[in-house]
Amino acid sequence: MSATPAVVASELTRRFGSFVAVDRVSFQVAAGEIFGFLGSNGAGKTTTIRMLCGLLAPSRGFASVLGLDVARDARALRHRIGYMSQRFSLYSDLTVAENLAFWGAAYGLSGARLEQRIAWALAAAELEDRHRTLVGALPAGFHQRLALVAALLHEPSVVFLDEPTSGVDPDMRRRFWDLIDTLAAAGTTVFVTTHYLDEAERCHRVALMHAGRLLALDTVAALKGKFAAGTVLEIHCEQPARALGVLERVEGVMDAALFGETLHLVLDHPGRGEQVLAHLQGAGFTSVRATPTAATLEEAVIHTIKSLGPREAGALAPGAAPWGEVGP
Amino acid sequence: MSALLALVKKELLQLKRDPKLVPLLVLAPVFQLVILGYAATTDITQVELAVCDLDRTPASRRLLDTFTASRSFRLVRSLDSLDEAEALLARGRARLVLTIPAGFGARVAQGSAGTVQVLADGADAASGGIGLAYAVAALQHFSAGQGTRTAVELRPRVLYNPELLSRHYMVPGVLALILMVMTMMLTAMALVKEREVGTMEQLLVTPFAPAQILAGKLIPTTLVAGVQILTALPVALLWFRVPMHGSFLALAVLTVPFLLCTLGLGLLVSTLSRTQQQAMMLSALVFMLPQIYLSGFIFPIQNMPAVFQAVTYLVPLRYYVTILRGVFLKGVGLSVLWRQGATLLLMAVAILTVALLRFRRRLG
Repeated sequence: MSATPAVVASELTRRFGSFVAVDRVSFQVAAGEIFGFLGSNGAGKTTTIRMLCGLLAPSRGFASVLGLDVARDARALRHRIGYMSQRFSLYSDLTVAENLAFWGAAYGLSGARLEQRIAWALAAAELEDRHRTLVGALPAGFHQRLALVAALLHEPSVVFLDEPTSGVDPDMRRRFWDLIDTLAAAGTTVFVTTHYLDEAERCHRVALMHAGRLLALDTVAALKGKFAAGTVLEIHCEQPARALGVLERVEGVMDAALFGETLHLVLDHPGRGEQVLAHLQGAGFTSVRATPTAATLEEAVIHTIKSLGPREAGALAPGAAPWGEVGP
Repeated sequence: MSALLALVKKELLQLKRDPKLVPLLVLAPVFQLVILGYAATTDITQVELAVCDLDRTPASRRLLDTFTASRSFRLVRSLDSLDEAEALLARGRARLVLTIPAGFGARVAQGSAGTVQVLADGADAASGGIGLAYAVAALQHFSAGQGTRTAVELRPRVLYNPELLSRHYMVPGVLALILMVMTMMLTAMALVKEREVGTMEQLLVTPFAPAQILAGKLIPTTLVAGVQILTALPVALLWFRVPMHGSFLALAVLTVPFLLCTLGLGLLVSTLSRTQQQAMMLSALVFMLPQIYLSGFIFPIQNMPAVFQAVTYLVPLRYYVTILRGVFLKGVGLSVLWRQGATLLLMAVAILTVALLRFRRRLG
């Protein structure tokens, strides 16, 4: 990783009327890093990305990409960044090759260089034998990869991917992420938003956004390791679904969720363990066994949101994942 | 420049991919010409006439002959009493009822003026009014034949369109409509579509300048409109035999500012709509129909109330209709029509400025 960060955000803020979509967000992304932006819908991820791409002016604060101020040098920046928006952004009524030729020309590529890059893109998206297919007629799984390689034709140093895999099946998602790994290995900085936790696990570092604020920023391992030993318990008992209902109302239980045949509990401190077991036995559960376990990223995320994001706390029922879809 | 070329090429490719759109774009103008050239004629012939002759003298028969001899009237009924007249008009069987009172022949024979009554159907104001005018002409003709002296003798001569064929002034107007509908609607829809499907955002992160993106939309629409005019013009000139007394160069030069206005309006509509449907409704209902009504294309401006007459000065189509009729029928050029051209140019600058500002603001 080089010394100058690829992306810098400092107290970055965006208001829409009285609504604060992004609230004093600060972070740095190193060159070559896969930087994950994690958060539910409406957390402010897209607004942040749009500011970083120069599509939206910040209300306050400052952001730079590759050393260029996003508010003032947006034009100069465009040759050096790639952007894949949340919505499918290719022309359905043009063929794969025509789309690539158009977007390449949009970045000033022509002649042999354009042909060479189109050939690369077709290979990377595994679409060589479909280059004459209308994009609208492609199987959905190819759309995302085609949109990604289209955003990479001009070999940008930084790519911004906004929820690139939403609605894509697991196999296609895995292949998409293989492509991202290859890019990062070659030195491209990847800034990606997602609400899939398994995708977040593949990022070098993860920033957790909630209600416009940046709640946490760290490696996945560090986020999971934030819990004190003994605060995450795996509970074996009969009728786990009924037990869940009991445990959700016990004081000191930050989070309780079904995990197959077992329950996962996150406690506010390790000393609560005994108390919880006693409570279950008091409710008529006989064969209860508790073992300390490692937190999943989901638990880490939910715990962080609950402890640091009180503004929205009421909206998060214990045990309910704040994400629309949770990866396998 | 090559970037702009890529945009134009892309737009034309997309157009080609829509198999229904291309024939529609080429045939629609011809279709409109045919409809307005034939059906939307305001020429009225064969006004249905009923006659109630209570006089029954040679003089009254001569008067009737004068009416029926002209192609303007078609005798549908002869009535014995005036009582039937109103029912006939009410049911629309006749537009005009001519009543010749008893004693008409005697008065004419004495050399004094005879009196007749003409009832006209005012529900259909156009044919009623025109029928009345024809009746006056027929009566004048009759008087002249009687040697009854009139103080003033009228010898009308109509200039530019001697047969007063409405086709001759409708057809050039249709050319204006084609230009307006196509450039405005296509521009608005094309821009809104990009935003609707999400490609606009992708375009905006490329090094394209907003002005290039806009030009990339405006140039193809202008090309399409050009092709349409080139298809419609031969139909107008060769089939409908609309006279072209002026120069094509003057026509082309004076068309540019009008095109800038309609393209600007299309752009403006695109900044006001979120969906293609909205863009279509907005351009049709708010920008196109009122322009058509207030342009003098169908309804004469001098007949409108003063307030509406004032409003027509804000309607670009008004000036272009004047330009088209001027060039086609009167054969005048820039020396006469420069005022209309300059007005359109000013309007174009104003419209495009507002539209561009709104377009820019919607990006941020």
